[in-house]
Amino acid sequence: MISTRSLSYRYSGGPTLAFADVEVPQGGVLLLGGPSGSGKSTWLALAAGLARPTAGQLVVAGQVLGTAADAAGLKNAPLDAWRARTVGFLPQKLHLSPALSVHANLAMAQWAAGQPQDDGRIMQALLALGVQALAHRKPAQLSGGQAQRVALARAMLLQPRLILADEPTASLDDEAASAALALLRHTASRHGATLVIATHDSRVSAHFLENTSEKGIFRLQLLAF
Amino acid sequence: MKIIAISWHYLWSRPLVATLNLLLLSLGLASITFLLLVSHQLGKAFERDLAGIDVVVGAKGSPMQLILSGVFQLDVPTGNIPLAAVQALQAHPQVGRLIPISMGDSFRGFRIIGTTPDYLAHYQARLAEGAMWQLPMQAVLGAQVARQTGLRLGDTFTGSHGLAPGGHAHGQNPYLVTGILAPGGTVLDRLVLTPLESVWQVHETDTALDDDDRQVMQAEREVTLALIQYRTPLAAVAFPRFINTTTEMQAAAPALEITRLLNMLGVGQDVLQALAGVLLLTAALSVFIALWGAVRERRADLALLRMLGAPPRKVAGLLLCEALWLALLASALGVLLGQGLSALLGWALQLEKSVLIGGLAWPAELAAVPVLALGVALVTALLPAWEAYRISVFELLQSR
Repeated sequence: MISTRSLSYRYSGGPTLAFADVEVPQGGVLLLGGPSGSGKSTWLALAAGLARPTAGQLVVAGQVLGTAADAAGLKNAPLDAWRARTVGFLPQKLHLSPALSVHANLAMAQWAAGQPQDDGRIMQALLALGVQALAHRKPAQLSGGQAQRVALARAMLLQPRLILADEPTASLDDEAASAALALLRHTASRHGATLVIATHDSRVSAHFLENTSEKGIFRLQLLAF
Repeated sequence: MKIIAISWHYLWSRPLVATLNLLLLSLGLASITFLLLVSHQLGKAFERDLAGIDVVVGAKGSPMQLILSGVFQLDVPTGNIPLAAVQALQAHPQVGRLIPISMGDSFRGFRIIGTTPDYLAHYQARLAEGAMWQLPMQAVLGAQVARQTGLRLGDTFTGSHGLAPGGHAHGQNPYLVTGILAPGGTVLDRLVLTPLESVWQVHETDTALDDDDRQVMQAEREVTLALIQYRTPLAAVAFPRFINTTTEMQAAAPALEITRLLNMLGVGQDVLQALAGVLLLTAALSVFIALWGAVRERRADLALLRMLGAPPRKVAGLLLCEALWLALLASALGVLLGQGLSALLGWALQLEKSVLIGGLAWPAELAAVPVLALGVALVTALLPAWEAYRISVFELLQSR
């Protein structure tokens, strides 16, 4: 679950972004809309505990993420560990390391999280997304769709309670976009994870309206300023 | 997955840049290895040949020339001294052991040294085959001489006048090879050794007009110099002064002259060391640029690591580890390259029959090479690692 209260973030020497409150139950879907520069990235960073709000508070999967002065919040190091356990991230450009095989890319996620390498877990995560056969390929040898599955497998590796997807349909044709969204939706619901999608693609909300009950869909429309 | 493995993969994700940096760093380290090895081996060679010789007495002239010619057989001698004077020295109370050395002829560039068996005993030379000389005009060859000239036991050869090849040949007086020394790593390796009398005989029969003339020459017999070991250390103060002021000869202390020589060589060595330092600095700069570029290029990858839960120090550590890999590989390569260079130099110098350098040596000073490499790696990686440390994840989210 995610709940925010009078959340705002001020860039040093820049404008202050204020966000409307949202309340998403565990397993819900939040569509984060708005033009570029409206603060989608900032909201994602706040939800992942990568930036601290200037004011207000948010609770993600039961953890309070507050301002630097907020006593209920986590210090830096525990926050990193919390993020590794709780948040799965699917970046727009995927960022699979080209120097490493698919398997090693996932192993690196375990290393980054400070966990011992677990090959069984890695194969399981790849299997769940149907890309176990590609384990020893380099990212350059993957198709766009395959790479996205691998990146999603990496995001799901540590069984996070929250998935943050950044523009997952950008530069995809309708068919591929629909497939990518279905994959995200299924993966999130199978793990009971909350899914947040930052997008300005109208196909995304259309897809979720078609495939999900209205109850499970939440929207946060950010405005340009 | 370990940080060592990941950084290894990262390093080789850009093979050309990694290879070039590795080469550059290796060359810097190789030149330092080379300098260390040469100065170590040179020092050792001097030490070996110098061992136990307290003073050298010869004709007046440059004391360093006397040492270089008498002890190391490198330079030409300062002149000759009368045999009678040397025999008088033998009786001097402060003189322990005296080894007369007589030179002037050579065989294919190798010096023919007239001396006494004491000279061989002094360097603890062992015969590999054959026996010591018993009579004049018999010779024992140093190991290198035997190898390069191909002379064997029972062979005869004639010396030529002068220490360089191409002098007048003493055709009437051939030498007979009676023994060949085992290699000892000392000056003896590159000498032809024969009794003192041989040298006299060669020149007297060559130049004497008749028997009377020979009588006169026998009375005026000379040697080139004498290597002396003191009976007591106290002699070091009084003996050289006694020689230099009361005789027509000069006394030179090898330890003193070699210190002087090494000081003079030291200037050249300092220049070379500075050059190697510049080379290393260039390499360090290049490694820095590469690492800096790597951080820039991989900002998003590194930010993703943060997103995946890696604390900043882990991200910085990854970069540091990459630099350390480079240092490790470069030290190994640099030391091997340096060893190869000094072996090459040793080989080239041996052909010129001068100071012996060569073979693999692993002096303790060599430990400085990996230490230096690690230092360079750490210093160059510091700023890029700091940049990686404070990488902002916003860049990942905003990389549109």
